[in-house]
Amino acid sequence: MSEVKSRPKWGRLAVVPEAAAHLVCAEGVGLDAVAEAFGDHDAAQAAATVLLAGPTTAAQAGLTGTRVLSHPSRATAFTAFHAHLDRAKMGTAIYLAGSESFLNAASAIAEAHGVVREALQGEHRGARTRRVQCVHCKGIMEAVAVSPIVCSHCGVHLMVRDHYSRRLGAFMGVVVDAEAPGVLPQALRL
Amino acid sequence: MRALQYTVRVSEAEAVTPRVRRLRLVAADGTALPPVSAGAHTVVSIDTGERVIRNAYSLTAPSLSGGAYEIAVLRTPESRGGSAFIHERLREGDSLTLSAPANFFPVNRRARHHVLVAGGIGITPIAAMAEEIFRLGASFELHYAVRSAHDGAFCRELAARFGGRLHLYCGERQERLQVQAVLPNQPLGTHLYVCGPERMIEAVLADARAAGWPNANLHAERFVAPAGGEPFSLFLRRSQRSVTVGADESVLEAIERIGVEAPHLCRGGACGECITAVSHADGTLDHRDHFLSAAERDAGEHVMICVSRLKGRELVLDL
Repeated sequence: MSEVKSRPKWGRLAVVPEAAAHLVCAEGVGLDAVAEAFGDHDAAQAAATVLLAGPTTAAQAGLTGTRVLSHPSRATAFTAFHAHLDRAKMGTAIYLAGSESFLNAASAIAEAHGVVREALQGEHRGARTRRVQCVHCKGIMEAVAVSPIVCSHCGVHLMVRDHYSRRLGAFMGVVVDAEAPGVLPQALRL
Repeated sequence: MRALQYTVRVSEAEAVTPRVRRLRLVAADGTALPPVSAGAHTVVSIDTGERVIRNAYSLTAPSLSGGAYEIAVLRTPESRGGSAFIHERLREGDSLTLSAPANFFPVNRRARHHVLVAGGIGITPIAAMAEEIFRLGASFELHYAVRSAHDGAFCRELAARFGGRLHLYCGERQERLQVQAVLPNQPLGTHLYVCGPERMIEAVLADARAAGWPNANLHAERFVAPAGGEPFSLFLRRSQRSVTVGADESVLEAIERIGVEAPHLCRGGACGECITAVSHADGTLDHRDHFLSAAERDAGEHVMICVSRLKGRELVLDL
């Protein structure tokens, strides 16, 4: 695994005791992390809203006091996340939990709503795959595990670089065979 | 390395209130001074004839576009002579030396909304920030607490410029700025900036933290003038020089008096530039800065020489 300086480092979720409200966006097994963090905090559970991408899991049993809103896909959960962030007031703590590509996308949404990175908590659960943007057509690919890859939007061969954009929530994919079309380096797992 | 300095001439000096004097400063060589960002300050060297006093002042709104700089100087009763000199003896046409501006209190350009809070002379950086945000077309509100209607000069200007975005609290009329009333219902992504008396800053920050505001969204400017204390001996280990730090001078000023150069920038305990390793302290370090953490203070390995002192006999510094 390469050491990428710009790659976000995520920790463990911890309830912010002073927060008046808690807004959580989680995907799949990320709900386990939410249940662990909020399990012993009845007051925080009562003031929390969890937006879940994917079906609820057994972890929901640890969140009896919390409103968990299950959405059929990541895209629909993000639509709800946008709407909740728009209405949220200062004093609302924001938490994210899920795969790396989920955290990449969700943190970019939170930052676009003015949430400061230092105030944004995330916990990584599940796949360590990257979200990648093709710098040529600007198309985004979720859950990229190898490099080089073919851009799913414009079809060029992309090398996934260790260069992360917080604004986009994505790594940079740059054409790898511009000078010798079709000549590709050996594929590597990211 | 010597920091960049400007020699300036006082082109205008006027009393905006009985206690505040506004100075407009132009470069002595006629060149235009560079533009500054709101929240920036400069350190003014004031040669009173007996000694050189260096005070940090916020650059006010007219400085933003550069050319000339303006500062507003409050006459403080506990002054070590700097503000008294500016009020009583400084005349239009006189020369001063300024450090190149630095900014430890900038506007966060990604904020969705800005809440600006000022008390008294703390309005100087805050009004510049309001002007900068206003020019950007961003959303803000300005809360300004003043002691009395005498402080009205700034109030009238601000009201004319910012209209309903200015919320004025006049102590004389029993109006109190209650920050708890301002904090609720601010949109996520709001940043709060406060400048004023230390007690006010502490109260505003404590209330905001209690309401769940993250530290990253809270910004304060706290310059402390180096207050005096008991004299003590100072030995500079590397320079092999000793000096007595007088009752009304700072460690940094004593060091400069004997011609030793030490790194520094804000001279107000805010920036951290003058952090100095303590070799030995025969006494208790009297930390007065806002830079070192509580743990660093307790460790006693470093001291901010622009404002902090020793309560005791002798301080040995790695300088």
